[in-house]
Order: sequence, then structure tokens, then C-alpha cells
Amino acid sequence: MNKPIRAVSIFCLLLFVALMINATYLQFWAADDLNNRPDNARATEAAFSRERGDILVGRKAIATSVDSHDRYKYLRRYTEPYLYAPITGYLQLNSQTGLERSQNEILSGEDPRLFVNRLVDLVRNESNKGGNVSLTIDPDAQEAAYQSLEQAVGPDGEGAVVAIEPKTGKILAMTSYPTYNPNQLATHDFSAAGENYKRLSNDDHEPLLNRAIQTRLFPGSTFKMVTAAAALDTGLYTEDDMVPSGATYQPNGVGNVIDNEGRYQCDPAKVSFATAMEFSCNTAFARMAVELGEDRLRATAEAFGFNSDDYFDDLPATAESVFPTEDLEDTFVAQTGFGQYTVQATPLQMAMVAAAIANNGTLMKPKLIDEIQSADYETLQPFEPEELQHDAISPKAAEQVTDLMVDTVNSGTASPAAIPGVEVAGKTGTAQRGSGLPPYAWFTSFAPAGDAKVAVAVMIQSAPGKEIAGGLLGGPVAKAVMEAVLQ
Amino acid sequence: MTNNAGLMGFVHRRRRGAELFLLVLALVVGIGAYASVGLGVDGEVPANLIGYGSWLAALAVVAHIAIRFVAPYADPVLLPVVTALNGLGLAVLHRLDLAEETSNASKQLMWMTLGVALFVGALLVIRDHRQLGRYTYTMGLVAIGFLVLPMLPVIGNEVNGARIWVRLGPLGFQPGEVAKVLLVLAFAGYLVVHRDALALAGRRLLFIDLPRGRDLGPIVAMWLISLCILVLQKDLGSSLLFFGLFLVMLYVSTERPGWLFVGAIMFLCGAVAAYFFVGHVTERVDIWLHPFADARGDGYQLVQSLYGFAWGGLIGQGLGEGIPYRIPEAQNDFIMAAVGEELGLTAVIAVLLLYGLIVERALRTALICRDGLGKLIAMGLGSVIAIQVFVVVGGVTRLVPLTGLTTPFLSAGGSSLIANWVIVAILLRISDQARRPVPDLTEESGDPDEAQTQVVRVVDR
Repeated sequence: MNKPIRAVSIFCLLLFVALMINATYLQFWAADDLNNRPDNARATEAAFSRERGDILVGRKAIATSVDSHDRYKYLRRYTEPYLYAPITGYLQLNSQTGLERSQNEILSGEDPRLFVNRLVDLVRNESNKGGNVSLTIDPDAQEAAYQSLEQAVGPDGEGAVVAIEPKTGKILAMTSYPTYNPNQLATHDFSAAGENYKRLSNDDHEPLLNRAIQTRLFPGSTFKMVTAAAALDTGLYTEDDMVPSGATYQPNGVGNVIDNEGRYQCDPAKVSFATAMEFSCNTAFARMAVELGEDRLRATAEAFGFNSDDYFDDLPATAESVFPTEDLEDTFVAQTGFGQYTVQATPLQMAMVAAAIANNGTLMKPKLIDEIQSADYETLQPFEPEELQHDAISPKAAEQVTDLMVDTVNSGTASPAAIPGVEVAGKTGTAQRGSGLPPYAWFTSFAPAGDAKVAVAVMIQSAPGKEIAGGLLGGPVAKAVMEAVLQ
Repeated sequence: MTNNAGLMGFVHRRRRGAELFLLVLALVVGIGAYASVGLGVDGEVPANLIGYGSWLAALAVVAHIAIRFVAPYADPVLLPVVTALNGLGLAVLHRLDLAEETSNASKQLMWMTLGVALFVGALLVIRDHRQLGRYTYTMGLVAIGFLVLPMLPVIGNEVNGARIWVRLGPLGFQPGEVAKVLLVLAFAGYLVVHRDALALAGRRLLFIDLPRGRDLGPIVAMWLISLCILVLQKDLGSSLLFFGLFLVMLYVSTERPGWLFVGAIMFLCGAVAAYFFVGHVTERVDIWLHPFADARGDGYQLVQSLYGFAWGGLIGQGLGEGIPYRIPEAQNDFIMAAVGEELGLTAVIAVLLLYGLIVERALRTALICRDGLGKLIAMGLGSVIAIQVFVVVGGVTRLVPLTGLTTPFLSAGGSSLIANWVIVAILLRISDQARRPVPDLTEESGDPDEAQTQVVRVVDR
């Protein structure tokens, strides 16, 4: 019987060799393809389990990974959930939002810049924690923005605030109201997370939205900054000129009649540029827009960032602010002059307009991320200011717009933002929505006017039970934020 | 029977010291893996490491001592190999327990204890494997009885589509695992008696000696039984295992490849018919051919298994660092995927080599065994392990369609573990007989007529 037993031995040997070859194929040659298949959750789950880096504001971690005693090793915890939710976003298995998404490579440790650190960790047998992301946010300004916005719009209101350091483009505050608790979405209790997500996404107030960058609305009268800048930059007028105004204006005698909503100071056929700005004369800016024409107005708007969606990289899903690109009838050009018709802007965009005017006409790229750090807080990529548009308007034009805006605070509609002892430049906006809906309120300002440290845009989308007016509602919010920065 | 003269001149040593040394290495594998699971999952050495390690070591030492006393010439490699596999299996089960909050590892340790007890018991009771030849038909009948058990109402139980479980209160039991041992013994007993009839008659057709039609009875019977298992219990794996086993044993006992030829044709006919007419088989084959076609449904388990292997790569994620609990039934048939994910290709190859060693040791024992029954039993048991490992590991790595068998010594499951420990006991018993020095009988006299009648030790009943 030994001959067949030997034959059986060889047969068994072949069976085992086949198994080994197949296992080698599977785990060596085919492994990468299998790992990269879209329905393979292992890579995602491993990333979810990993100790991610912190998101830092100053020295405080606003998002950090803590030990978790369930099937995943680390749980993402947001230490000031409501205050920073629009910025941090939240981490879930298979989905992230906000910085958790845009900085995923750094936070998870997959970024090539962290390669050396990972190697060292591997040698030292230390856990490989991801890199940290430190933010440009000024915690006092953020706190002031959130508190004052909440106070201004009330518990059922909606709004957003963005504050920028004009010289560097650093975002000092970015808040959206209402907001949410990302801890409720990042929990490892997936069914609870699912319930919470359903509740939040069905909420009429859309708390998951970061209104500062994702909501674009008619900028209303705050867009007069752009119209004024275009007029001054192109040399159509200087700040000391008289500009055509009047109680009403109907371009070429067709379309809607534009009036000044009762601001009688605008009624004369000609008013000073300062008066037009101080009292936000619609007729004056409508006429100015028609005189400029849509092309020149659009050129200035685009220099400030309109019609472009790639000026802000630090958070995902930024909405593009728009100025119409087609040839327009004068009746529509007139409406764009005070931020109506199809002009729409995000709060970030309006803050950028104010910041560029404050920075002698040069627009800095807005940035939320100050430094990229290794897990040991060693700087891997320092902050570097970037010019987005050198001389978006000339320094001279910027200086003149600033003067007009200072007048607007000192003796015009923007007076609620005045800070004793500081020269503040500001512009209000109350954008009509038509058909009986309450308007949107805007407020943009910067201070100190000569050497601006902060530029703010406040957007109030709704404030039930309150009278919507840019100056009254938005002014105090902008003031609180500016004070927090200047202190 | 082929002459063993070439091997007769060589006297085997007992090698019990080598066995003890290898056992220490095996325990290092098992206990080290257990500690590593604790470090990987909780970041600390498990609190019960000493108790657990002592228990495992005690079991190994008890088995070793039993061998020293009742089978001193037994093969020294088998026990360490199965101890290492069993220890590794326990560690992987413990790792899955921590993730799934089950308690398979502690149950498995109890079953292992029982398995070692039966192992020692078998070595003590079966003092000579030739005893096993006396109960051929009894064992065959009992085996068939076991196979029928799951079909009975009340106690029969269908799990994951296969009706191979018997459930008595809280105790689950897979009779097929015991049946496979009994079947090897029954086949061996039957074939050693009838091999001549099956071997000598026949006609030659195209270089192959085909058996006579009237001798086809047993193989047809076995084929039908296998088909019944397949159709009635939907147990593709056992069906394949039993038929393959019978075929190999028939071939070895008769030394006629013609049987393999006939068997292979019968198997192919059965397989093709099953593919077309048995829904369960169709489904398995379709999943094998197109696992990603329904990766979230029917193909989910196999796809997750493949992902696990791929994620493990060459050296694995490390125990406690992977996600093997994503694979349904990772503690049973798919335990190799968990090994592959957390310990990598390195460990998969190592485990396959350990299985290969068991098979090699069994077949070597068959080669050097001096009697036909022992040869057939050792060869049969070795083949059972080889086929079973091939079918289940090939299934989870998508080499062959998934059939559903336990992975010997690794998978959670008492019946399988116990049956495999008894298999090892029988193999050791046979190898003890085979390696034992032959009583010196040749130098008495040159003249056979003057020689004393050779004394044959009668096996006591």
C-alpha cells in the first residue's frame, strides 16, 4: 500500500501548495486592489479608530480624540461643541464635515508631511497620533460673536458672523446660528447618532449649515461698498463730489421705481457722496451703477472675490458669491448697485470686501488654519499670508471708501457700531426679499479705520419678533466682535 | 502488502525530550498570542494570563505525560503542532470575544480540556489500534446514525442553511465531526478485509484498470450517502469530505488508480447535477464565481473575508488591531480570515505548514506502519485533515466554492475540537506501534523448520 500512500502524499502536498499560492496572491498581489475597493470599509474604520490630532484654538483643543472603551479605540470629543461646530464639523464613520473633512489627511496622520514622525513612532513603538491643526481663531472674538449673535437674533433666529484680520487674511471669528452639538453626531452609538442627524437635518432652521460660508443672500446695501469702490477706483467720482440722487429713480422710465424707504436726506437731485453713503441712498447708488455699467461694477466685485469659488480652501463646501455675468438692462444694473437683483454674497465674502478696503485695497486670502503641527506640537507648516488680489481697488480709492464708511458710523445709519475712542468704518444693509417676507439684515465694519485690526461681516437671516434693520440688529454684534479683538 | 524491509533496519528512538521542547515552543505561541491580544485590545496584559497560561500548560503536560507512559514511541511532532494550533485558535477566539462580547474562548478552553481528557482516555483504552478493526460494521452503523441525527425532528437544527446540528437544550453538537472519525475506522476495517476482491478483478481500458461492475457496490453506496447529505442536509463540505475520503482509502487499499477515475467521474456527475438542481449549491458556486456581484448581500461574508486577508497583508495588523469581527462567523469557518487579517500572510503560511505537518506525520505513520489496518486508518485520518483544511481554507480564500467545514483545532466548536483530539490520539497510537522496535525474531535459526513457532501476542479483548 505504500505506493498509493506516496501518491496521496504528493496529492496532499499539491493541495497545500495551492492554498499557499492562493493566500500569497490574496494577501500580497491582490491586497492593494481589494483594500481600495469602494465598499471596503476597513481602511475607513481603521482611520475612524485611530487617535486623530487635535484642532487647536490658541492652546485649547476644541476637538480631540479620547480613549473609548468600545469597538473603536478613540472617540472624537468636541470641548466647546456649539461654539465651534460650524468650523470643526464632526467625525463619523464614512463621513466627516468641516475641518474634520478638509484636514482629514493631517488629523488622521496620513499626510506625507507626517511621514517622518510616523516612522519615528513606529520605531519607538508609540501610538501614531495624527497631526494637530491650529486655527487663526481669536477665542474672545469667537465667543463675542456667538453670544452677541444669539442675543441679536433670539433663540429661533438665524444668522452668521465672520471676522477677518485685514492685513493677513486670518479668520478671527466664524460663527453660524443656530448651531449643534457635534458630540451627538460623533458618538459611537450609531443609532443615536443617526437619530440626532435626522433631527438636525429635518430642523427648519438648518443648524448643520455653516451660514458664514454656505449661505448666500442679497447683500443689500452693504454692496454699496463695492459700488462706491468701483466709482472711486475708476475715477468716476471722488469722495468729495456731489452725486446724482433724488427721491425716486426709474431707469429709462421702465421697470421698478427705486426709492429710499423714507430716508429724506437722499431726496435732493444731488447729494454729497458722504450723504449718499451715510443714509444709504438707493437712488444715488442705482444711478452710480448705471453710470458705471455692469462690466465695471462686475470687475470690481470679482476683484473682491465674487464669481469665484476657490479663494477659501480651509473648509469644504464654500458657496460662491455671485454677481450677474450677462448683459443687463439698466433697470437691473440699477438694482445691482445696492445689492439686489441677482447679486448674492456669503458673510465671508462681505467680510472680505470690508477687509480689502481696510487693507489699502489689497485682498488677502482668507485662512482659518494658522499652523499644521506634528502630534508633538512641532510646526510643520507655519502661517504664511497670501495676497489673493493685489490692489483689488487702488489704495487711494480704499482710503476714500474708508472715509465714507467712517462718516457712516459717525453720523449715519451705522452708528450702533461706534466704539468710543476708536475710529470705526461701517456699512449697514437691509436686503429686501419682496412679497411680504421680512428682509435680511447685514452689517459690515472694520476698526481702527486707519490701521485696521479686524473686519467684520454680520448677517442676520431671520430674527423672529424683532424689527429687521442692519444697523440696529447687526451693529451691536459687529461692535462686540471688534471690541473683543481690539482689547 | 508492500515490504517494509527498507524501514525495518532503522530503529526509531522515543524522542520524548524533543516533544517536550517543541511543546514549550507551542505554549509560547499560544500564551504569547493570548497576551498579545490583551495588549492589542486593552493596552495591557490580560489579568488572567497566569491562570490561563497555567491551564493551557497543564493540559499540554498531561497529554505529554500520558504519551510518555502509554505510547512512548509515538511521533513527537504531532502533539506540539496541535497544541500550537489549539492555543492560537483560543487566542484568536478571545480576540473576537473582546470585540463581540461573546464567550467562545472560555467555552473552547473547556472543550479543549474535554478533548485532552478524551485524548488521554483514547490512548489508555486503545492499547493497540488493531482492536479498532473488530467493530467495523458497528462503527459504520453508528456513523450513519450520527449523520441521520440532524435530520430528526426536535433535536435537529438548521444553522446558516445547513442542517448539521443537533441541539439538546443549551448543548449544540455537530454529529458529522464524530461521524468522520468513525467513518475512517469503518472504511479501514471494511477495506482491509475486502481489498483483494476489489483489487484483483477488472478489465483494462485506455491504460486504466477499471473495476468490475459487481464490485462497484460499496462505492455506489457511499456516493449515494454523500449525495443524501448534500441534498437533505445541504452540507456541501461534509459530503465532499466523506466521498473524497472514501475514494482515497479505496485507492490506497486496492492500489488501483481506476477507482479514482471512476470516483472522479461520479463526483463530477454529482457536482454538476447538484449545481443545477440544488439551490444551495448553485448559490455557493455563484458567490464563488462572482463574489462582488452582491457584496452587501449573498457575497457579504466571502467579500469581508477577502477584505480581511487583504487588509492583513504580509505581516498583519497585529492582534487586536484589525477589524476581523466584520466577517460574519469569524469564530467558525472564517477564523483563518481573522488570522490572516491580524497576523498576516506570515501566520497563514505558518498555520498551513502546521496542518501540512500533521498530514505529513500521519502519512509517514501510514508508510512505516506494519499492518494494513493501521496504514489505512493513519492514511485516512491524515486525508481527512488535508481535505478538510483544503476545503475550508480554500473556501474562505476563494480558491474553491465555500462549503462550510470547521477549521481543525482553530474554529470554535466542541464537537470538532474533541473529534480532532481523538484523531490525534489514534494517530499517536498507530505511530507508537509503528515506531516501536520489532521484537528480534530472525536470529533464532537459519532453518525455518527448526525454528520455534513464532509467538504472536494476542490482542486482549
